[in-house]
Amino acid sequence: MNFWVLQTLNGISFGMLLFLLASGLSLIYGLMKILNLAHGSFYLLGGYAGLVVVQKTGSFVLAVFVATLAIVVIGVLMERFLLRRLHLQEMPQTLLTFGFLFIFSDLAMLIWGSNPETVPKPEMFSQSVQIAGFIYPSYRLFIIGFGLVVALLLWWIQDGTRIGAMIRAGVDNEEIARSLGINVSLLFTLVFALGAFLAALGGVMGGPIMGVFPGADFEVLLLGFVVVIIGGLGSLKGALIGGLIVGLLDNFGKVFFPEFALFTIFAPMALILAVRPTGLFGRE
Amino acid sequence: MLNIQDVHTYYGESYILQGVSLEVKPGQVVALLGRNGVGKSTLARSIMGLTPARSGRIVFRDQDITRMPAHMIARAGIGYVPQGRQVFKSLTIRENLQVTARGEGQWSFDKVLQLFPNLRSRIRSLAGKLSGGEQQMLAAGRALVGNPGLLLMDEPTEGLAPMIVRELGRTIESLKQAGTSILLIEQQLNFALRYADVVFIMNKGSIVHSCTPAELAADSATKAKFLGV
Repeated sequence: MNFWVLQTLNGISFGMLLFLLASGLSLIYGLMKILNLAHGSFYLLGGYAGLVVVQKTGSFVLAVFVATLAIVVIGVLMERFLLRRLHLQEMPQTLLTFGFLFIFSDLAMLIWGSNPETVPKPEMFSQSVQIAGFIYPSYRLFIIGFGLVVALLLWWIQDGTRIGAMIRAGVDNEEIARSLGINVSLLFTLVFALGAFLAALGGVMGGPIMGVFPGADFEVLLLGFVVVIIGGLGSLKGALIGGLIVGLLDNFGKVFFPEFALFTIFAPMALILAVRPTGLFGRE
Repeated sequence: MLNIQDVHTYYGESYILQGVSLEVKPGQVVALLGRNGVGKSTLARSIMGLTPARSGRIVFRDQDITRMPAHMIARAGIGYVPQGRQVFKSLTIRENLQVTARGEGQWSFDKVLQLFPNLRSRIRSLAGKLSGGEQQMLAAGRALVGNPGLLLMDEPTEGLAPMIVRELGRTIESLKQAGTSILLIEQQLNFALRYADVVFIMNKGSIVHSCTPAELAADSATKAKFLGV
């Protein structure tokens, strides 16, 4: 019994990190039709930037702020000066972000070496807690709660604010949105920045439990895509549900069938695709 | 109000607008008629900056808008009611009106809903679930909440039942009384003749005729030659 609860919590907390990553991936594709492969880099660089700040200052909160800000700046520069020139040309845009994935991967290796690093946990959540007879790391519980708060916040922005409605209008019909006075190109930059922010946030928050290491960018990117394929591209709800599904599958897969860990993710994905080609919450 | 001077527009490699000149004076309803495929909608897209003119000038309220980005043209005061409605289907009626609301003027949110009471009663419905007529009203309302000086309507009667077309006509009449200038692109000759002050006829990418509605009504040769009626 104890085992099931602990492993489920592990799966959910990892699922929340995947949600942070996939929600940005999904938002960016939904509005801009860009398949941002550099999203994995945003996660990795976010983790490394967070690591540097924690090592220098000892403050995890500061690390979150500095790391996400740094990655947002990189993302905005990429969008404003490069991706924008290839608007609606899916293949060139994807290749461009693919190039960035490799460049950032090599740069990270050059700067931080190839040893896996772990971001120290914030002081406040460094201990385990005992709830109802279970002993469990409080940091993982914090991630679950934090992920839920971010999900609620994103949902509110999307469905409850004027800017969220403008973004949805742009997703619906970009050209008509422009011709009715909505500054869609500004929305593009905002959404890309938000996506970069969320990925970097995932990198810093995941640093203490997943570690930061060469290849993490490709690894989370792959899982992030599985999440949006299962959940449905462009859907926030899909990113959350898909994130939790993949988090749990990945966790239990590694526990029960360590030698087939990827199979336990891709087989259910193929099944879902067979039944619902647009994912659980995707639009046709 | 709107002055289009010798506009040439290409759509990819196709040479669509081959020197279009046209003027809408303040408070006027101007109808632009012509058969399918003569370039009427391309002219609308060129005015809105969606398919910018390659040469020529489009001046709105003394401001050259020929190469402005689309959203700036809308903000300069042109309300676009695109062909085929194209409301934001996954947004509610309220949201459709909220995202385009702009500026101070006579067309507040409430005023627009007074003009289209059907929309008020379904304010929380998704626009995609509305009937064609309701979507047309929403498309018009969505342009009006931007408080435009000029309304650019591209075939608003297309695919609507006669009763809805009459309702749309009443709307255009009340807009006219409120002093809004309208450039009305139409296929339905009678609808255009009824509400327009001036009529332009387009053929093969340029303006071939302009007159008053009464003159056109009496000129069966022109009607037969360019409109096929």
